[in-house]
Amino acid sequence: MSTLREIGTGIRVSVFFWIACGLVYPLIFTGFAQIAFPNQANGSLVRNTQGEAIGSHLIGQKFTSERYFQGRPSSIDYKAEASGASQLAPTNKTLIERVKTDTASLTKLNGTKPTIDLVTTSGSGLDPDITPSGAAVQVERVAKARGLDPETLRKLIAEHTEGRFLGIFGEARVNVLALNLALDGLKK
Amino acid sequence: MEFSGFLQIAITLVLMVAIVPFLGAYMARVFQFESTWFDKLFDPVETLVYKLMSVDTKADMDWWGYARAILISNLAMFVPVLGVLLFQGSLPLNPNGIPGMTPDLALHTAISFLTNTNQQHYSGETGASHFTQMVCFQFLMFASAATGLAVGIAFIRGILGRSLGNFYVDFTRGISRVLMPISIVFGVVFLSQGVPQNLSAITPVKLTDPYTTSTTTNGKTETSEVTTQKLFTGPFASMESIKELGENGGGSYGINSAHPFENPNPFTNVIEILLLLAIPTSLIYTFGIMAGNKKQGWVLFGTIFLLFVSLISVAALSELNGNPTINSVLGSANPNFEGQEVRFGWSETALFATATTGTMTGAVNGMHDSLTPMAGFVTLFNMFLQVIWGGQGTGVAYIIVFLMIAVFLTGLMVGRTPELLGRKIEKREVALASIIFLVHPVIILIPAALALAIPGVAANSNPSFHGLSQVVYEYASAAANNGSGFEGLGDNTLWWNLSCSVVLLLGRYAPMLALLALAGGLKAKRPVPETPGTLRTDTVLFGSVTAGTILILGALTFFPVFALGPIAELIANQAAKTF
Repeated sequence: MSTLREIGTGIRVSVFFWIACGLVYPLIFTGFAQIAFPNQANGSLVRNTQGEAIGSHLIGQKFTSERYFQGRPSSIDYKAEASGASQLAPTNKTLIERVKTDTASLTKLNGTKPTIDLVTTSGSGLDPDITPSGAAVQVERVAKARGLDPETLRKLIAEHTEGRFLGIFGEARVNVLALNLALDGLKK
Repeated sequence: MEFSGFLQIAITLVLMVAIVPFLGAYMARVFQFESTWFDKLFDPVETLVYKLMSVDTKADMDWWGYARAILISNLAMFVPVLGVLLFQGSLPLNPNGIPGMTPDLALHTAISFLTNTNQQHYSGETGASHFTQMVCFQFLMFASAATGLAVGIAFIRGILGRSLGNFYVDFTRGISRVLMPISIVFGVVFLSQGVPQNLSAITPVKLTDPYTTSTTTNGKTETSEVTTQKLFTGPFASMESIKELGENGGGSYGINSAHPFENPNPFTNVIEILLLLAIPTSLIYTFGIMAGNKKQGWVLFGTIFLLFVSLISVAALSELNGNPTINSVLGSANPNFEGQEVRFGWSETALFATATTGTMTGAVNGMHDSLTPMAGFVTLFNMFLQVIWGGQGTGVAYIIVFLMIAVFLTGLMVGRTPELLGRKIEKREVALASIIFLVHPVIILIPAALALAIPGVAANSNPSFHGLSQVVYEYASAAANNGSGFEGLGDNTLWWNLSCSVVLLLGRYAPMLALLALAGGLKAKRPVPETPGTLRTDTVLFGSVTAGTILILGALTFFPVFALGPIAELIANQAAKTF
């Protein structure tokens, strides 16, 4: 095989697979996805009764008002156009200072010590979930702000708690957006 | 919580082992050109492809011909990808108006994906258009994985005394019969679970609880109300499966598989872990079949499996014990949670971190920079060794090279001619094996020392011992073609882009050429008949000798780095010291 022929083969193979794997595969896949799974393919959007998109079921939102359950601290303030994390090492002073400040303010707000998920930033900065105990420590505050019976809220949390996959994989969790939307939907 | 955490790790490992005989046997059939169920589907397609590309499928290559084919085709892939990265701003399918990359960043990104590394100094949401994600990243994820797979198979053929084969045939079959079908199936699974697949621009959604933020610029404080969240989506389900299966690891999103759109729930998380482990674990079994000695395959598998389980245990226990400083603030015992997602928790994060660094995938489902010291130790350890399953195709080859070294060492000790699979291991083999193992520490430790010595280039974000680990991690990840990072590092600089580009290239192509040369040399050797005096390599005893060789040769070189990095950090952390 001459060198020129060798180079020619190399280029042809690259171009062929460039088109096959880089264009044909993802584009056909996109077409299929838009027909077969339009909801998931476009970000699992949650809509209100007017049909407006008010979030994604998979993406956490920032909740600051006392009337809502709050999610985990996010180093990107839940800005979904650029995911990010604190990247702080366990021995970094900044991490410990932040945890101390957040623990103090949450203890004051909720009247009880927060759980660890409420004072640590998530990997994505968009974690949609908190732990069931992280929801439980916020119950009294939300109940007071809304004038509701705490028992009602505990029931609501239980309804919105998703267990491990097959009872084995991952951890139990509460989707904060879903919980808060259900909260807004409660009859007074 | 402790029990369920370890239970889910154990069940995942059982599933991993269960896949091995099936996928391993299937790959052996594919690369030994035996009939499979899918021939009717693939044969006509491949025949057409070979015709279009005018590949002479009958022409077997010698090792240098095989190596030339890899170098030529890889260069031909690199050039257009580099062009797209530079000019993506004016190319189609860029609804979010992302500009072209700077030349140094484009160079690093193109090399990083070409070498199966997927180290990312850009962030997916702000640095790559949909077009780039498809024609650069998804394309190279298939191509670089198929290249690695081909090298692994050619290496196995060579040391068994067979012809190395034809690179273009192996490359094509790797994509058409292994990578593409599995990617399609699991791409659909990911899609059904919520991984996006569209070509849309950012979607604004109305916040339920709007809030005000204040920004201070030039002494003036401005407050603004935030009422929307901007959801970023793209053609990502098709990428997620090959990202894991091909041991690529480059995320569509900056934050990789920690992002709920890349890894929506614990089910997808288990699938991702199994996908990234599937090929490197199964290839060891493939080797056993091709060698006609399944026991040899299982002995090697068992050796690596035990090392893998030990490393997972270290990482998981460390994550479970958490950060003593944080726990004293909260007044309770908690696992580590910083940089992790609620749906995964400490055990899935520790398992993912160990699997992704062991297999040279480099995807992450939690932030490695925020791992506890011993879990960070495990990730570094994996990338230093490169054989706790190892890279696509190259992993099994490195494991066999370690076996070769173990044979050589024991041969010297007991005064017998070292032989492996009926072939004498002599000076040339040991010299080439040494190149393979010496390149690695050289291209990690020397650049790391330079980065730390030259003022102002390291850009590490964490102080003290962990800051040292950040720099070493970046080069280890580049050299091992892993791609994960201690991502606090400010790595989009001229220094990091250029120095990592060099390390990436050397880490990929130097060992690859040495492996092929080794295979070519062994193929040409006359086999020596097996006698009762032959040292058997398919025994548990020899498996342990191999494990010892791996630990001594692979890890001891890096001991000073371990001591100054994660081990010092562990001691400080246990004493509740912060910096």
